[in-house]
Amino acid sequence: MAYDKFNILTSSAVPLPIENVDTDQIIPARFLKATERVGFGDNLFRDWRYNGDDSPKADFVLNNPTYSGKILVGGKNFGSGSSREHAAWSVYDYGFRAVVSSFFADIFKGNCLNIGVLPVQVSAEFSDKIFAAIEADPNTELEINLPEQTITLKATGEKESFDINGYKKNNMLNGFDDIDYLQNIKEDIIEFADKLPY
Amino acid sequence: MSTTLFDKVWDSHVVRKIEDGPDVFFIDRHFIHEVTSPVAFLGLKSRNIKVLYPERTFATADHNTPTINQHLPVEDPLSANQLKALEDNAAEYGISHWGLGHKKNGIVHVVGPENGITLPGATIVCGDSHTSTHGAFGAIAFGIGTSEVEMVMATQCIMQPKPKKMRINVNGTLSKGVGPKDVALYIISKLTTSGGTGYFAEYAGNVFEEMSMEGRMTVCNLSIEMGARGGMIAPDQKTFDFLEGRLYAPKGEAWTKAVEYWKTLKTDTDAVFDSELNIDAADIEPMITYGTNPGMGIGISKSIPSANQVEGGAETYKKSLAYMGFQENDVMIGKPIDFVFLGSCTNGRIEDFRAFTEIVKGRKKADNVTAWLVPGSHVVEAQIKEEGLLDILTESGFVLRQPGCSACLAMNDDKVPAGKYAVSTSNRNFEGRQGPGSRTLLASPIMAAAAAVTGKLTDPRELF
Repeated sequence: MAYDKFNILTSSAVPLPIENVDTDQIIPARFLKATERVGFGDNLFRDWRYNGDDSPKADFVLNNPTYSGKILVGGKNFGSGSSREHAAWSVYDYGFRAVVSSFFADIFKGNCLNIGVLPVQVSAEFSDKIFAAIEADPNTELEINLPEQTITLKATGEKESFDINGYKKNNMLNGFDDIDYLQNIKEDIIEFADKLPY
Repeated sequence: MSTTLFDKVWDSHVVRKIEDGPDVFFIDRHFIHEVTSPVAFLGLKSRNIKVLYPERTFATADHNTPTINQHLPVEDPLSANQLKALEDNAAEYGISHWGLGHKKNGIVHVVGPENGITLPGATIVCGDSHTSTHGAFGAIAFGIGTSEVEMVMATQCIMQPKPKKMRINVNGTLSKGVGPKDVALYIISKLTTSGGTGYFAEYAGNVFEEMSMEGRMTVCNLSIEMGARGGMIAPDQKTFDFLEGRLYAPKGEAWTKAVEYWKTLKTDTDAVFDSELNIDAADIEPMITYGTNPGMGIGISKSIPSANQVEGGAETYKKSLAYMGFQENDVMIGKPIDFVFLGSCTNGRIEDFRAFTEIVKGRKKADNVTAWLVPGSHVVEAQIKEEGLLDILTESGFVLRQPGCSACLAMNDDKVPAGKYAVSTSNRNFEGRQGPGSRTLLASPIMAAAAAVTGKLTDPRELF
């Protein structure tokens, strides 16, 4: 499915300085029973966000009105675990357009890129700076510039570059997806398949 | 140029390379299940495109399915709806479907190999991270997201940058009571859950050469838990013997030709890996996890490390132990437990049931333990009965359930209640993985068996 274009995103950010945030925390398996991609944002971080009786847990960051924005900043090894794209959907549906971490799990990162959430991998030092800046001022803004491949702390101007391959970058900038590309080379694929042993 | 097993299989499936981008990677075999496929089918519908090669996709229902009374309608309406969606979509697009009640039904990563759909040198994907299991046959197999499930159905390809290569060598002699699950949990404890990220692993060394196909599947299954996309083992005579005569395996002349090709699938002696890990088999003890990710594992005789002994943030570590209700330096042996789960795509095969049965034979299930014994497929279930294992299990006070993912991920009725401890042969001990508030201790089938009959964590070596 084609998605929103991503260019420059300037926003405050929500901090989640926990390591190894796994996909079962992002969205527990019992919420994967939908047959359509709707309502996943409501269950983002469900068991960290709500008590068993569905009342909000006051100390969880998404329930703290001090923090808001379109950027989620997570700890190291964000998105480990399952391949469920529902994890990326719930991040997107909640309203985040980018996730920043010093390290991402592979499948989660790929899923984000496939649905239009930009994973921004920064150094551990820059990650620490972001967390410190948000702690000092929850309204502080980050600028994520995809064409330039930079992330900037607006308050101080401190900046770091991030990696993304040229193909995926182009997709994100234009809202293209992989099926658009693959459909155009279908004849090559069929020719290739005919030569394989199975 | 010298190449690795991984290179040989990967490079032979690249339709084209995109400059400063991923490879267009051809997929031979695609498994789908009820949870991660419905939205992919919706995508196909909205684009108005057909499945390019329906004969290359195989559907089975496993995540949501109940593990008792499978002949009755599924009670949970959401699960029933997803199962129905899979059935309808498979019918509409001409895909083979082994739904609930079908004699071939079972966990996708158990039924694939069982039916010879999994073959050496093949590329295999599924919307499930434990697709890495199929690497045991010398296939490149890994989990994908739903967008990619749609991609594979539409074009039989996905877009993937080629991962880096890692080799994990385990040589020497495994101690008594140490099996494939312990080897895998030991590797993950060394690498952590992110140590393999960006890599595809090859498992090499005499320990894997001597391991059964079931054991190799357990090891490859857990590759994702160290962050690696997948892991593979070079095919050998054991692989060929396992596959010969299976439903989808080549037959007659095609078989002979296939085996000839499969014999070429190995890493050249002077091929270079981006990373290598060497492990002495003798260092591995029966393993148990104590925290909330699979990298938090130790030998059963050890005590829980203190925060300053582990890599990573102390705050995250303490949060994890608090969730488990454990303290730093706690001894694991003797900790009381409430549930035992034998099953899943990690340890739901016949060999796992044989190992479990060997320990519980002549003993009784402890009264404080609820045990779920869940075969990975109907084929495994039948074999448990044929081999007489069921009689022994029944005599010891255990009940055999019907195939499915069961308590591995709490998507069906088999959920561990909040605060309760479960010794599980499955693959993840994340917070809430087996039900909100559940506390999971990952272990081998014999560790689970020892806990089941003693009602607490017990060194299984004491029960031989």
